[in-house]
Amino acid sequence: MATKAAENTNATETAPDAVVVRFAGDSGDGMQLTGGQFTMSTALAGNDLATFPDFPAEIRAPQGTLFGVSAFQINFGSRSISTAGDAPDVLVAMNPAALKVNLAALKPGGLVIIDTGEFTKRNLDKAKYDVSPLDDDSLAKYDVLAFDISELTIEAVKPFGLGNKDALRSKNMWTLGLALWMFDRERGPVEDWLKSKFKSKPEIADANIAALNAGHAYGETAELSGPLKQLSMPPVPAEPGLYRTITGAEAVSLGLVAGAQLAELPMFFGGYPITPASAILHHLVRLKEYDVTTFQAEDEIAAICAAIGASYAGSLGVTSSSGPGIALKGEAMGLAIMTELPLVIVNSQRGGPSTGLPTKTEQSDLYQAVYGRNGDAPMPVVSACSPGDAFEVAIEACRIATQYMTPVMLLTDGYIANAAEPWAVPDPDTFTPFPAKFLEAKNGPANENGEPTLLPYKRDENGARPWIKPGTPELMHRIGGIEKQVDTGHIDYGPENHQAMTDARVAKVAGVKVPDQEIAAGKAGGKLAIVGWGSTYGPIHQAVNRSIANGMDVAHIHVRHICPLPANLGELLKGYNKVLVPEMNTGQFKTILRDAYLVDAQPLTKTSGQPFTIAELEAAIEGALS
Amino acid sequence: MNAPVKFETTLKDWETDQEVRWCPGCGDYAILKAVQRTLPQLGADPANTMFVSGIGCSSRFPYYMETYGFHTIHGRAPAFATGIKLANPDLDVWLVTGDGDGLSIGGNHMMHVLRRNVNMQIMLFNNEIYGLTKGQYSPTSREGTPSPSTPIGSVDRPANPAAFAIGAGARFVGRGFDVSKNLPDVLKAAHAHQGAAFIEIFQNCIVYNKDVFNDFAAPKGAGDNQLWLEDGKPMLFGDPKAGFDKGIALDRDTMALKVVAATQENWEEVGVLVHDAKSRVLAHMLIEMPFGPFPMALGVIYDDPAPTFESAVAGERAKATKGKVANLGKLLGSGQTWTVDGTEGHPTD
Repeated sequence: MATKAAENTNATETAPDAVVVRFAGDSGDGMQLTGGQFTMSTALAGNDLATFPDFPAEIRAPQGTLFGVSAFQINFGSRSISTAGDAPDVLVAMNPAALKVNLAALKPGGLVIIDTGEFTKRNLDKAKYDVSPLDDDSLAKYDVLAFDISELTIEAVKPFGLGNKDALRSKNMWTLGLALWMFDRERGPVEDWLKSKFKSKPEIADANIAALNAGHAYGETAELSGPLKQLSMPPVPAEPGLYRTITGAEAVSLGLVAGAQLAELPMFFGGYPITPASAILHHLVRLKEYDVTTFQAEDEIAAICAAIGASYAGSLGVTSSSGPGIALKGEAMGLAIMTELPLVIVNSQRGGPSTGLPTKTEQSDLYQAVYGRNGDAPMPVVSACSPGDAFEVAIEACRIATQYMTPVMLLTDGYIANAAEPWAVPDPDTFTPFPAKFLEAKNGPANENGEPTLLPYKRDENGARPWIKPGTPELMHRIGGIEKQVDTGHIDYGPENHQAMTDARVAKVAGVKVPDQEIAAGKAGGKLAIVGWGSTYGPIHQAVNRSIANGMDVAHIHVRHICPLPANLGELLKGYNKVLVPEMNTGQFKTILRDAYLVDAQPLTKTSGQPFTIAELEAAIEGALS
Repeated sequence: MNAPVKFETTLKDWETDQEVRWCPGCGDYAILKAVQRTLPQLGADPANTMFVSGIGCSSRFPYYMETYGFHTIHGRAPAFATGIKLANPDLDVWLVTGDGDGLSIGGNHMMHVLRRNVNMQIMLFNNEIYGLTKGQYSPTSREGTPSPSTPIGSVDRPANPAAFAIGAGARFVGRGFDVSKNLPDVLKAAHAHQGAAFIEIFQNCIVYNKDVFNDFAAPKGAGDNQLWLEDGKPMLFGDPKAGFDKGIALDRDTMALKVVAATQENWEEVGVLVHDAKSRVLAHMLIEMPFGPFPMALGVIYDDPAPTFESAVAGERAKATKGKVANLGKLLGSGQTWTVDGTEGHPTD
């Protein structure tokens, strides 16, 4: 999925064409940085990859504790990769807590690399180990490489005169150096990155580079004996072109910028800090030269209200949040629906309800997106299925919002927002512009005095009303949340008028033109369709492809347009004997599909805060077909 | 304020064809007329003028102004107006709110629009009651106010809108009342002020809180009960026929204001203060003067401009974009990239 690569569905278990590595340590150990740099090196080596950062909600959880463990998993290989992988082949555990939390995930026979320097009595107690796992047989079914990374790091950075505490901060670079050696990666890009990151503190950069080199050198030496083997992974066969790695948050931000440019509009982004949506604000704030104005509001409600105000004034208003913040924005979404103004609302979903699991992923805001407002308040909903896909979906959200004069919700989730994948950089010249039009002169019939009149709610062929920018001479008009009269937009509580306007709003959203549903894998019609939406794409796709390779009659359908649904989806689903809908919620899309098509869609749900594994889905497919 | 060209308009040009739906005798009618009378005097352009409101009786205001208008949701008008001003700083924005809309459900947004100093005029119609929901007590209702939700009288202490505004960092605080002939002057001063200009307008709710402001707003005794402030002028009040017989002075022992007997001849001698609209300390004291022992401070209480939010945002943008050129293709391909070119090691088929 990630890289445009030829599908290789016949990969055998023995072929070492993909490896899963998990770096785990204390939340202060810099595991996310290590993972990020390893990702970059892997991408530069031409492998396809997918990542899964998994970190605690606490910024600095007490050191050494089980709940303070931060992990970064990467799956990479010389074939197409679409998930972060089920079970790691290699686990790097920087302390006892990291080992305890992550060991169960490791493949039997997998390699675990352990920093013995952290396996002190105190740390073992914190991780609730009575006996050190290094001293009993609990690691017997794994290859274990245990040595004192802490001490080796201190040795390596000694020439730079750092205290022990500072020296130990380079431990993650030592580990990264070892990992780069293991997979035959260049160190140059990491060195460049360190030099630029610590530009003002060259001694810190040098110490980190020394640690990186020491870890690399250790690999070369240790190879002579023990379980450590170097593995060279050839680049994935990919279509020629320019590639980069991209996270979902970056892709959404770039897609919004591109979307606003294609609409030929300045963008106004109103946001309020919330995990995991804040990254979008952080990206956009640096893109002011693209006619982007960012506004950190006093709360979620003000963020969306300011965005709607900006849309009224002629910008493309955008707001972004996560579940609890989206709930706060609900009333304002209703106003945007009533006043028929363009607006893009990005929801980076996380585990709920309430504060829930701020740093874990879930798809449980689907009902909220589709139904979560007072009154009959229809709103288009689109969903991104991967970090790279989020770029296209953001453009699509901008297109629908401006062409139909409506708020649009874009669903991503914590997994997509934080995960990285290689991305074939698109050429902007290939995008189709959709310039927004503003009304310039009165658009209604002449009145009794023969003067033209203004009809702010006169609808075009899309059912959209005209966009009228304040400041335009002669077109003064008033809008608001009270029911609008057909065409004139005056206040009108009349029964026939409310019926007509409700119908018009429903018809407008139902009539949004969306592409026909395609089949992601398998064929139209058959025994079983696996229907997904959002970030479950990767595991579903792999599982379905593997099942097809094993001779099963199964197809993968992945829906981007949740509202309105693609026109052909109902017929498509009716062509299968069974429809199974895997979701990271308690079955929300399943209900929407049942409601729309009266199909017997069956749920496959997971709400553990973790993505589906391929194995889980393969088992479900087998179960459904048996 | 931003229109370079003075527009020639009359009061009629600012009236819409919509039937005004406030209760007969409502103070809102007088405020509407005062605004419609003031705008032609300012040379304002209707197409460049925008009224933004929240929810409540006062918030129906935009429907009656032949300008651009946005009747938004309860309490949030300041947030909408902030977005509007950031998207188009040239629009002349008037915000209309009430004591419930602006200080109860929307108190948070009111605080932030004031501290950010977004350039607009904020008219808070204070009638000390919830009108549109039929008479419940509001955050400005006096203690003991009987209402459907407080049948034996409210127990909460009221908020003082002007004190809230200055506490939130407002750089302009004015006060007037619905039928006052001086209201247009306060509106004009607010309009001339660059930044968020907060105007508390006492407004008579004829149905649910009738004549609650008569203690100071009634024509009878107005001289004794109203202190109309003018920058650089002594704070004199009292019987106008006697040429004002009282003044406001500072009691240096208690560091509080006091009322002293004063005449046109001796006011300096008895220590009557000269109003300094740039004095924040003085503004605090005038706003907090308890009515009864003191008159009600009215007019332009505080007016000390500071850079506006929009100008700060524009400045930040100029700084951030200096030397940068928008190039979408380049942006998409930024960061650490690599090329798959079909050469050895990169099979493409």
